[in-house]
Amino acid sequence: MSAWSITEPTPRQKWVAGILVVLYALVTIVPLIWIVATGFKSPADAISYPPKVLFEPTLEGYVNLFTTRTRQTQEYLDANPPETWYEEIVRQYDMVIAGPSRYGERFVNSIIIGFGSTFLSVFLGTLAAYAFSRFKVPLKDDLLFFILSTRMMPPIAVAIPIFLMFRTLGLSDTHLGMILLYTAVNISLAVWLLKGFMDEIPREYEEAALIDGYTRFQAFRKVVLPQAVTGIVATAIFCLIFSWNEYAFAVLLTSGTAQTAPPFIPTIIGVGGQDWPAVAAGATLFLLPVLVFTVFLRKHLLRGITFGAVRK
Amino acid sequence: MTTSRWLAASVLTASGLVAASASAEDLTLCWAAWDPANALVELSKDFEAQSGHTMNFEFVPWPNFADRMLNELNSGGKLCDLLIGDSQWIGGGAENGHYLKLNDFFAAEGISMDDFAPATVYAYSTWPKGEPNYYALPAMGDANGWFYRKDWFEDPAIQAAYKEATGMDLGVPETQEQLMQIAQFFQGREIDGQTRYGASIFTERGSEGITMGATGALYTWGFKYENAPGSYDMEGAVNSADAVEALEFYKELYQTATPPGYTDSYMEQSLDAFKSGQVAMAMNWFAFFPGLYADPNVGGDKIGFFVNPPQKVAASTLGGQGISVVAYSDKQDAALEYIKWFAQPDVQQKWWDLGGYSCHLDVLNAPGFKESAPFAPDFLQAMDAVQDFWQEPAYAELLLAMQKRLHDYIVADQGTAQEALDKLIEDWTEVFEDEGKI
Amino acid sequence: MTDSPMTRAARATPPRVARRIRGLSDRAIAWIFVAPTIFLLLAVNIFPLIWTIRLSFTNFKANRNRPIEWIGTRNYERILTDSDIWLTMQATAHFLFWTIFFQVLIGFTLAWLINRKFRGNDLWTTIIVLPMMLSPAVVGNFWTFLYQPQIGLFNYVVSFFTGADPSSFQMIGDVNLAPWAIVIVDTWMWTPFVMLICLAGLRSIPDYIYEAAEIDRASNWRQFWTITIPMVLPFLMLAILFRGIENFKMFDLVVQLTGGGPGSVTELTSINLKREAFEKWRTGYASAYAIILFVTVFGLASIYVKALNKVKER
Repeated sequence: MSAWSITEPTPRQKWVAGILVVLYALVTIVPLIWIVATGFKSPADAISYPPKVLFEPTLEGYVNLFTTRTRQTQEYLDANPPETWYEEIVRQYDMVIAGPSRYGERFVNSIIIGFGSTFLSVFLGTLAAYAFSRFKVPLKDDLLFFILSTRMMPPIAVAIPIFLMFRTLGLSDTHLGMILLYTAVNISLAVWLLKGFMDEIPREYEEAALIDGYTRFQAFRKVVLPQAVTGIVATAIFCLIFSWNEYAFAVLLTSGTAQTAPPFIPTIIGVGGQDWPAVAAGATLFLLPVLVFTVFLRKHLLRGITFGAVRK
Repeated sequence: MTTSRWLAASVLTASGLVAASASAEDLTLCWAAWDPANALVELSKDFEAQSGHTMNFEFVPWPNFADRMLNELNSGGKLCDLLIGDSQWIGGGAENGHYLKLNDFFAAEGISMDDFAPATVYAYSTWPKGEPNYYALPAMGDANGWFYRKDWFEDPAIQAAYKEATGMDLGVPETQEQLMQIAQFFQGREIDGQTRYGASIFTERGSEGITMGATGALYTWGFKYENAPGSYDMEGAVNSADAVEALEFYKELYQTATPPGYTDSYMEQSLDAFKSGQVAMAMNWFAFFPGLYADPNVGGDKIGFFVNPPQKVAASTLGGQGISVVAYSDKQDAALEYIKWFAQPDVQQKWWDLGGYSCHLDVLNAPGFKESAPFAPDFLQAMDAVQDFWQEPAYAELLLAMQKRLHDYIVADQGTAQEALDKLIEDWTEVFEDEGKI
Repeated sequence: MTDSPMTRAARATPPRVARRIRGLSDRAIAWIFVAPTIFLLLAVNIFPLIWTIRLSFTNFKANRNRPIEWIGTRNYERILTDSDIWLTMQATAHFLFWTIFFQVLIGFTLAWLINRKFRGNDLWTTIIVLPMMLSPAVVGNFWTFLYQPQIGLFNYVVSFFTGADPSSFQMIGDVNLAPWAIVIVDTWMWTPFVMLICLAGLRSIPDYIYEAAEIDRASNWRQFWTITIPMVLPFLMLAILFRGIENFKMFDLVVQLTGGGPGSVTELTSINLKREAFEKWRTGYASAYAIILFVTVFGLASIYVKALNKVKER
């Protein structure tokens, strides 16, 4: 054990460390690969034992995800031959497509509510963060802590009065209600993150601008904002991911019109039994954007998940 | 039944109806996502063609159905114009003003509750129970029943093995205890090179599964919720010696005669277990029987059906729903129009033909009804002796308490049956005290 | 991003109003910038909190039309004397302790290994991080599939390595295994979180401290225990704080995995609270419950933060 140094790993140490980390990474990624793979399996392959690693890919899961199907009589099936490739898939089971499923709507709801709340929270958060970063705000530390402490309540506990409030205001199961709620939840993250980013922008730039005759507002707009763009984008992505993934509020406060995808995906069932390929297909489409964003965000990840407490 | 005939009929019946039709509405009907719901979509196409309204459907899977729909009602939501809500919701639906009271509408349109099977009217429509206040039209009759692998039961080799093991002839069980004996016989048995199991039963924790399953045994042992109806006096009824025995029976059935992994199993899992050939018998709602009978793998000749076997008395757990108009809907006229249409005898007949369980006496008493499906006589027999859970406005609290006590005892194997039922009385007493009923 | 929300808003502002804003004092701008956020938080957080406190002294049920009665502290008494609620607290404590234990252990080890700076460590770090960014509800739902006793991948892999029959154990259905089933999934999801923070801690230690220690001929183990661990400790404690709060709030993942079952062995406080509030609709009672939880988290977190600050000062 004496040959190693903490600061200068030997090549052998690097090898051992590398192999262990890669092993862990491979194990940890298996469930995700399994989700994607199951989406392309036929229902029979999905529930076969032993679990199938190699299989003939099919789009059945995706067809089932986007359609509702009903059984039909043999006469009807004979009289109406399938016209499209997806109808053909459904016909294997003597069924016909009755219409589109609700998945598309739920996905669109996720997009509307996700982007709506992200825009609002980043917009308000940028203003507040700038003020906290540059000005003497009375009770600044208390306010900042207050903003953070709103995240300590379990969502279910918060949802009790929100439910009553939404019922009184007619906001239950509406996009507007969910956007406002997610904005309120996200704004603490936005303020804390953006304050960190703003703190890193040297004050000298603004001061120079102020001396050049800019008003404070102009300096904010023309000097600070362009500098903060990276931070704003990173913050926006974090807010978006939160709204995208959120489940507790969505399941309690929406039932249809404004329901997002997370409460919906687990309720996808086929005809007689949970349709795992369809669930997996729905999950894949839903998780994919987040995977892409995560790769984008690599550099700011740490800051985002710790409310800016750790900046690296 | 052609569209033109329908059009003619509707023009003749009511001018008010025609006026309402003038503005075509987008109606949303909420129900559970299951086989009969698909049949209802098919059936409703006639209504769309005839009325000009468009029907949308919001079907929620059973495990989430109560949760989501009650939440929707309690938040005063407008998602659903029509709701086919579970029988136990009627008390809350009526008392909290979620459902429209339909008496005036029935009177005006000449819809008589006498045309529907009395058990279904009592269970699905009335609140307080048995009073002529109607908050729903019986839409879907249902009870918990059983089905079995007829091909295995008729296999001479299996019959011989059963005779040897038990000294009895293998056949449809006539008592709960016989059912257990048969299930235990099949448990772990190799048939066609695969390991098979006895029966799949309801054990689900989250919504109502294990209560609906276990009451199937409890009722046949003579379980009662109260010593006298309406008294809320539960001591000695809920935890009677018979009730304890019945609960112990259900636990033994779960432990000795069900496939592994079915610890949180309700309708879908029961169907899965049967369709994949794992079990010899399974319990489920009659609603699924048409689909099971049509199943290409285990349906047809391979399947048989039977009513929940009696033990001390004949009894089946009630399922089924009535259709109600949601009080928060902006389109109540169009929604009522749907109910009016749905109540017609020939629509009800088509409803049965498509796989829905009509409660209309014209359908049930029709000469060919018993022959129209292999499970039709069983359905009538079951509906003769149905019992339902509490329908109180506080039903959700009562149900959740029972779910917890039963699952803790049966699946999580904690405590005794006596303790479970004693604690259940405590829970329920607390609820009724809160309600001011005790 | 030249078209940032702010510039767009500024452009939309009519000239005269814009001029007036420009002329505002710093103090006024500060208030204008902070006010909407504070207002939103007051409306969506503080007002509801006050409402919850009020409700917690009543017998209100949100699904009923009946007069609300003030019942004093009866809800609180009932909760604190209810043995079932103490069981859910125990389940939560078990979940909290073991998830944090495993996540710290594995997370720190991984961070340490990644800090050996082997080639490609960035790529692998990104891959390891993926699970924690995903929707817990969606992923949790899928894990029930992996845990299926007869067809699930998890049971298959375990049986492959141990030789046990894959249908002989039920991760979700077994009273003894279910509490571990949720620990496993949470650890899978959130270990990268602890890992990232530890990695930042390790990287924050300047090399010269070690070099000085080497001159003093301190052994590597000594260096590890006297330099690495103390320097990483504040980071680690921060990670534990975040995981502690998050897992105390835990709802989505576990509700999808076990729904609180079998029986009530994985019924964490949030799940229990949800049943009381949104299934039984005992709103007053659930409000009291919520307040108790809030005070608990807030109290524990405050004590912890004090400890954290002490560690930092050292």
